[in-house]
Amino acid sequence: MKWFLRVLVGIALAAAASVATAQGEQFIPLLSYRVGPYAAGGSGYFGGAIDYFTLVNMNGGINGVKILWEECETEYNAARGVECYERLKTRHGGASTVEPLSTGIAYGLFERVAQDKIPMTTNGYGLAISADGRVFPWVFPLGTTYWDQAAAMVAYLGQKAGGEAKLKGKKIAFLYHDSAYGKEPIPVLDALAARDGFTLIKIPITPPGNTQESQWLQVRQQNPDYAILWGFGVMNPVAIKTAAKLGYPRDRILGVWWAGSEEDVIPAGAAAKGYVTAAFSAGGTNFPVMQEIVKRVYGAGKGNLEDKSRIGSMYHTRGVTYGIMIVEAIRQAQAHFGKGKVMTPEQVRWGLEHIDLTEARLKALGASGLFPPVKTSCADHEGSGMVKFQQWDGKEFKTLTPFMAGDRAFVHQMVVQGADKYAAEKKITPRDCSKEM
Amino acid sequence: MLYREAGQFKETYAADSAIFPILQDRIGVALIVLVAFVVIPLVASPYLFSAILIPCLILALAALGLNLLTGYAGQLSLGAAAFMAVGAFMSYNFALRVPHIPLLLTFVGGGLSAAAVGILFGLPSLRIRGFYLAVATLAAQFFILWCLTKVGWFTNDNPSGVITAQAIVIAGYTFDSPQEKYLLVLSIVTVMAVAAKNMVRGNVGRQWMAIRDMDVAAEVIGIRPMRSKLLAFAISSFYCGVAGALFAYAYLGTVEPEAYSLDLSFRILFMIIIGGIGTVMGAFLGSAFIVMIPIALSTFVEFLDGTLHLGVPSSVSSNLELMVFGALIIFFLIVEPYGLARIWQITKEKLRLWPFPH
Amino acid sequence: MGFFFEVLIAGLLSGVMYSLVALGFVLIYKASGVFNFAQGSLVFFAALTFVGLMEHHLSFGVALVVTLLVMIAVGLAIERFVLRPLVNQPQISLFMATIGLSFFIEGLAQLVWGASVRGLDLGIQDEPIAWISDRTGINISKFDLMAAGIAAVLVIALALFFNRTRIVRALRAVADDHQAALAVGIPLQQIWAIVWAVAGFVALVTGLLWGARNGVQFALTFVALKALPVLILGGFESIPGAIVGGLIIGATEKLAEVFVGPYVGGGIEGWFPYVLALMFLLVRPEGLFGEKIIRRI
Repeated sequence: MKWFLRVLVGIALAAAASVATAQGEQFIPLLSYRVGPYAAGGSGYFGGAIDYFTLVNMNGGINGVKILWEECETEYNAARGVECYERLKTRHGGASTVEPLSTGIAYGLFERVAQDKIPMTTNGYGLAISADGRVFPWVFPLGTTYWDQAAAMVAYLGQKAGGEAKLKGKKIAFLYHDSAYGKEPIPVLDALAARDGFTLIKIPITPPGNTQESQWLQVRQQNPDYAILWGFGVMNPVAIKTAAKLGYPRDRILGVWWAGSEEDVIPAGAAAKGYVTAAFSAGGTNFPVMQEIVKRVYGAGKGNLEDKSRIGSMYHTRGVTYGIMIVEAIRQAQAHFGKGKVMTPEQVRWGLEHIDLTEARLKALGASGLFPPVKTSCADHEGSGMVKFQQWDGKEFKTLTPFMAGDRAFVHQMVVQGADKYAAEKKITPRDCSKEM
Repeated sequence: MLYREAGQFKETYAADSAIFPILQDRIGVALIVLVAFVVIPLVASPYLFSAILIPCLILALAALGLNLLTGYAGQLSLGAAAFMAVGAFMSYNFALRVPHIPLLLTFVGGGLSAAAVGILFGLPSLRIRGFYLAVATLAAQFFILWCLTKVGWFTNDNPSGVITAQAIVIAGYTFDSPQEKYLLVLSIVTVMAVAAKNMVRGNVGRQWMAIRDMDVAAEVIGIRPMRSKLLAFAISSFYCGVAGALFAYAYLGTVEPEAYSLDLSFRILFMIIIGGIGTVMGAFLGSAFIVMIPIALSTFVEFLDGTLHLGVPSSVSSNLELMVFGALIIFFLIVEPYGLARIWQITKEKLRLWPFPH
Repeated sequence: MGFFFEVLIAGLLSGVMYSLVALGFVLIYKASGVFNFAQGSLVFFAALTFVGLMEHHLSFGVALVVTLLVMIAVGLAIERFVLRPLVNQPQISLFMATIGLSFFIEGLAQLVWGASVRGLDLGIQDEPIAWISDRTGINISKFDLMAAGIAAVLVIALALFFNRTRIVRALRAVADDHQAALAVGIPLQQIWAIVWAVAGFVALVTGLLWGARNGVQFALTFVALKALPVLILGGFESIPGAIVGGLIIGATEKLAEVFVGPYVGGGIEGWFPYVLALMFLLVRPEGLFGEKIIRRI
């Protein structure tokens, strides 16, 4: 029964550790993953968030309130993620917000966060309809959802064709991860295809997607004008490689942002040259805030990434983006509820609903151009809806467009519809946002 | 001394065929049940309930189901999670589409649907054996998940292909807090575990074991392999189906088919092998092992790091945890290839004589 | 019709890649009756070690030799610390032990080399050969042809190695019954050491070829899933079975996905090979080339 003793000791220790709460610090649990198939992304993203938090603390915290974080390894597994959330949520005086960076874990937390009253961010993934704050008060897909991204992709392809009207009669292939994640944008793409008159060829790729000859042969046979690649993990480099092998031009492939990091193109080698992807944040270290992280955080040996060459990689800047948004939300909350105080989760939620990162504010933070301006509200938990497009030139991503949005009104009306249907099914009465301040 | 059956005479057939014929066992089981139903709800924290005890019990139920099939009937299966998925998605649909259906009945419905699918995928077992069958059950794993992803009906045409389990309301009472959910799960698991324990002692269980030990010989003595094997698939899938429904309703809430991936199937298989093939108790021990060891390891590393200030980067500690977990599995298999339940048995043997050496 | 052939050829060529993975499984199963689930992790480990060494400015050849030595060492260590203590245990325990082993290897690989995703360029062009596509309209990449060539060489070498040496007879005895083999004086440990070392070599070759296609990353461990239907189709003990099974699975899965998939919503590649193998097993329960099992009381 040795193992049992060990478990008991472990649990006892965990309980003992959670008693020792720190005062005067804002606690943020990080459900990170640094092993397993998606470790590369997880370590970059959470590394970026931690680097930014470190920087904020070096500068004296948020009006004097230091940020405290603790990591828990989820292995990108829903059950482990839920355990991590439950483990960390009560520590250090309580979690103020949570970000699982995994669709599966986010689903597992949907109801828990509403019950525990802890706001959850799902930056750049998750349910698109959760952007509707009336029905989902505790969920924040900050920045841009998949639906807005899909609309922006269509807008970009329209631009390339010389106006969205010119898409009429064109063929766009949609190669997607055959799962909830990959199917998410289909309603929007279908609706836009009907409106703009292009043909959408849907080709599912079975996860993990380590061979894709059949899919790309279908692409070649139908020869669409563009191919949208909605993949994740190993699926992306294999898609690019297979496209190259079967002779489909890479500059006609348009990747989702999760297919748009160095980790996705480097394994594909030379084949990835010319490949275009969407992005919700820019890469590189040319922003003052990134410079500061390099100089002050890494200069002091406090950086989180072991591999220094990954500083400024897409996943890293995504993590920094997340850090900036969260810190800004806490700052907004403090401005409203009292500067220099530790915010409760409810107050952080209020802050998340009142983020107002204007161009000027971004400039002051040294993040102008890193990500688009974000303004959230009670009804709009997304706040931006803009993406930019970038092209891999064999060494780095080159910006093709500034941050741009698709037809947001069109998407918004679908979001409201979807959220209302969800509310009806779950018997939720949506909040009346006109009554909230 | 402590565990001596000497002097316990059975005077009736009923006493002889009781589930727990030995007094100490009865006391032990009563104690465990008492602790589980009364003591734990009083002392445990919400974290223990919702992060450890509930998943432990649910996965133990699934492991129990698989153990009936693999441990007792000898049919190796790698598709347990798929049958769980059938249970979850069908329960959801029963609750959604049948008006005023009591929730417990939807679980039964989910379990029965899983059983029906189990029989279908059990048919090949009549001809295929061993690892060939194991790989063939992967067909079930992949095909079922594909169906759930492709056919909109299962998810009520949810655009993301996920289901959100309805609130647990039984006889007007809402099971909302972790304690309530724990008690509900515990009750269901207890009932089904006792049923399983009873089943494997009886005619059905003995037929399964005969088939497992040598199917040709079993056939010769008049056991119908088709009937027994398919029954094993059906009952096993029923257990998995109910476990899957509980996994969605009492644990995850919103689930995508991916939550019941091959990975989960494997974890359930680990549980029965580590816990002990062909034992009811093994399912529980194995589930505790597989669920708790990674958590214990990570809290342990966290603790070391916190007290000794080693400053271990999380990438190192995460990988170390994985390595130690793998090494522990190998270690336990080397020490006791028949699983943790066997260690318990040996302990009982020892307790019979203890503290006297002979 | 041209398109049909194109799909068929692409399928056969990717089937070769499946065969390579299956080969690793077959070797171990033949020698010890162990269904070695850690083969995928070994593939990952080998590729990662090779790329990691290349990053330390070792030349291609040196890195290859060092990796080969490392893989042999790993094979020997597995034999010593995992298999030897488990001699004569039930098959399922051995299977489970290899799963534990796969966790260990995956953790070790990422601990040593980090979680970064890396590219691997073997210097073989992976683009359509212009000469063929101009004449026939069918795109075949040089890389695929090379992979097929390497697989062929590997199979012939292994077949010769195992058929021309005394090892083969010893192997059969070992796989049948560990205890009996030991009793008649077969040096079980030596045999296992050799076979695991060879399996490490096969993992290296597989890792290099798959790594060049997929990038060297954790997902390489998933290639094992591609090998399983090949194994049941070809038989767990047969080296030619792995090759033929791979070709059949590769070709039919691609044909099914391209020509049947669109009618049922696509994405059938994940389960089709398994169902196909299952159908096949109903006719021949021991696989295409598997040894016929005679069961008596």
